[in-house]
Amino acid sequence: MLDFAKRDSFPHGIHPPENKDDTSGLPIRQFPFAPVLIVPLSQHLGKPAKPVVREGQEVVRGQTIAEADGFMSVAMHAPASGTIRRIGLAPHINGQMVEAVYLEPLPASTQEIADGEPCDVESATPDEIVTAIQRAGIVGLGGAAFPTHVKLRPPEGKTLDTLFINGVECEPYLTTDHRVMLEQTEDIFMGIRYLLKVTQTPRAVIAIEANKPDAAEKLAAAVPEDLPVEVRVSPVKYPQGAEKMVIKALLGREIPSGGLPADVGAVCCNVATTAEIGRLLPRGRGIQERVITITGPGVSKKGNYRIPIGTTVRFALEQCGAVEDISRVFMGGPMMGPSVSNLDIPITKGTSGITAFTAAETGGSTGHRKVYPCIGCARCVEACPLYLNPSQLGILAKFEQYEQMADDFHLMDCFECGSCSYVCPSHIPLVQYFRMSKKMVRKMRAAA
Amino acid sequence: MYIAVLTLAALCFVFATLLVVAHRFLHVEEDPRIEAVQDMLPGTNCGACGFPGCAGLAIAIVGGEALPGKCTVMNEDEREEVAGFMGVDAGAEEKVVARLACAGGANTARNRASYAGVPSCRGAELIAGGGKACFWGCLGLGDCETVCDFDAITMDRHGLPVVNEDHCTACGDCVEACPKDLFSLHPVSNRLWVNCKNLAKGQAVLDDCEVGCDACGRCAADAPGVIAMVENLPVVDYGRNHNVRTAIDRCPTGAIVWFDEKQGPQTGRGARRVVRQGERRAVNT
Repeated sequence: MLDFAKRDSFPHGIHPPENKDDTSGLPIRQFPFAPVLIVPLSQHLGKPAKPVVREGQEVVRGQTIAEADGFMSVAMHAPASGTIRRIGLAPHINGQMVEAVYLEPLPASTQEIADGEPCDVESATPDEIVTAIQRAGIVGLGGAAFPTHVKLRPPEGKTLDTLFINGVECEPYLTTDHRVMLEQTEDIFMGIRYLLKVTQTPRAVIAIEANKPDAAEKLAAAVPEDLPVEVRVSPVKYPQGAEKMVIKALLGREIPSGGLPADVGAVCCNVATTAEIGRLLPRGRGIQERVITITGPGVSKKGNYRIPIGTTVRFALEQCGAVEDISRVFMGGPMMGPSVSNLDIPITKGTSGITAFTAAETGGSTGHRKVYPCIGCARCVEACPLYLNPSQLGILAKFEQYEQMADDFHLMDCFECGSCSYVCPSHIPLVQYFRMSKKMVRKMRAAA
Repeated sequence: MYIAVLTLAALCFVFATLLVVAHRFLHVEEDPRIEAVQDMLPGTNCGACGFPGCAGLAIAIVGGEALPGKCTVMNEDEREEVAGFMGVDAGAEEKVVARLACAGGANTARNRASYAGVPSCRGAELIAGGGKACFWGCLGLGDCETVCDFDAITMDRHGLPVVNEDHCTACGDCVEACPKDLFSLHPVSNRLWVNCKNLAKGQAVLDDCEVGCDACGRCAADAPGVIAMVENLPVVDYGRNHNVRTAIDRCPTGAIVWFDEKQGPQTGRGARRVVRQGERRAVNT
């Protein structure tokens, strides 16, 4: 029985307009293949993968085209059957030029997916499952693209008691996790079987926000008898989808500053990642496509699509009917997604959506809002889910006091949810300041 | 009452004795010349000499580890003054200046997106690399101009920093500040200079920037042994006799330049002249 009355939430946070209704009812559809797919070798945090194909080679959809290079790395798979045109530099959403494989899909191919070495949940050992997850190229599909296999094994001397399956999806506009929960229910429970075995946790909790009651009901009704899974619904609040926040909301435990979920006995995995584990591992396949939401006032054919990795934003927008006065495009949602500077940037494993806005929403062609001085209203302090002081941090960032920001004001704990910038009446781009400062702090620490 | 007076007097005596002992036995002999030399140094603490500030250099000069010529901020007369005071040679250090490896101002390089955030290059670089079509090019928001303590860098009307070689002391602040790593320090006698960092080649470069290096390799052919093409960019071997002015002549875009002593950077005869003064129109979004 679902208990909607239970108020599992966290203090602070904000309530931006959700705008999910446009796409939450639309089933996931297959996206067509672009004429050229650009598969970057570095789609995850960590070391780039090592290519195992050469230029001119023909590959089958699902074939491994790059292998993991070390533990903090995952494999890449061909998103389509076709020919490798070249291996060279391609723009990436992080602002770097990275090595990428340019793949030209064969137009006449049936695009059958190649199966690999299956990993059976009953007979495989935890280590074998970890290797299989790495080989399948699975990373956190929620947006951070952290290699999933790295965080699953309980660290030395710690026991994990709860596996969180994060289906909160607090980011406005995005509905991928919502659709995955409705349409891939079986895969999710299969994935949980694998994850429970690896993490050795006694129970799993599926976290869902109250704006997705249909998904919560469907999952709660479909829980297999032999699985210790609980479906928990929490009230809508941004940024509840963040690892730190969902654990605080549902478990009441706070991750210490600079710590990991394992420090409070929890491990967190995105629901789409779990579904992919359950879908791919039994057949030994790898991630060569992912579910994304293409939405916003800037496109006419909004929807949830299963899109091949490496499709450029330009092709995706063309297929979805970009409107004439499209002005700003985000990779992901509008709160945390980076704004795109180049439409030839490919969609990677970490891209959970494309949100396009027109000039009317962003305020003219330049989209520039006048920035006023901080008036000390402390709305950002009220909004920050981590109890940081964004106002003070913003002032320090302006005067480049990076050391003080990191040492005295816990800058490095900020996960850039954007709540402070959202509520600031002076339009101070606080999160951008923090990202700049974090980069400087990392640079200084690396030099020291 | 007299107890308090006596206690204080006793304390005074004890501490005074301690001070006298410390003065006698823990005395540190400091060369008075260090202070004198430090007073003569400019006091900008720019760090260009490689020592920790002007005090560090003063100690090194007095200790005989460095010559006054290490200081790039002082002029010739001031250096002579320090040298005369110390009775050493001024030491001729070659002048080193900061050079920018990008020529793509707003009139020659195309923008893909317009950036509207924190007005600094470091901020723009975070937003998917900034709005410039060329991923390696100067973002033109002037972080280097702000950071320069000597007013040696000014942004020209096309949004490109120009280094005033007379003012530049090679302190390296701009090298640190540029998020695209476009600045580097070079002796002024390095006359050949590759004014581009674009690793792409051919039409892909020219689509983004009219003065980029399209990796045609003519300069490398004209100056064999001195210039080699590495990753689609010419690399000048400054260890050799590199002052081969003919290398720039056939460059079609003027990406390789010759820093003339009087006239400043010169492009070759074959280079396309860009006369446009306004901003290049953004083609895609």
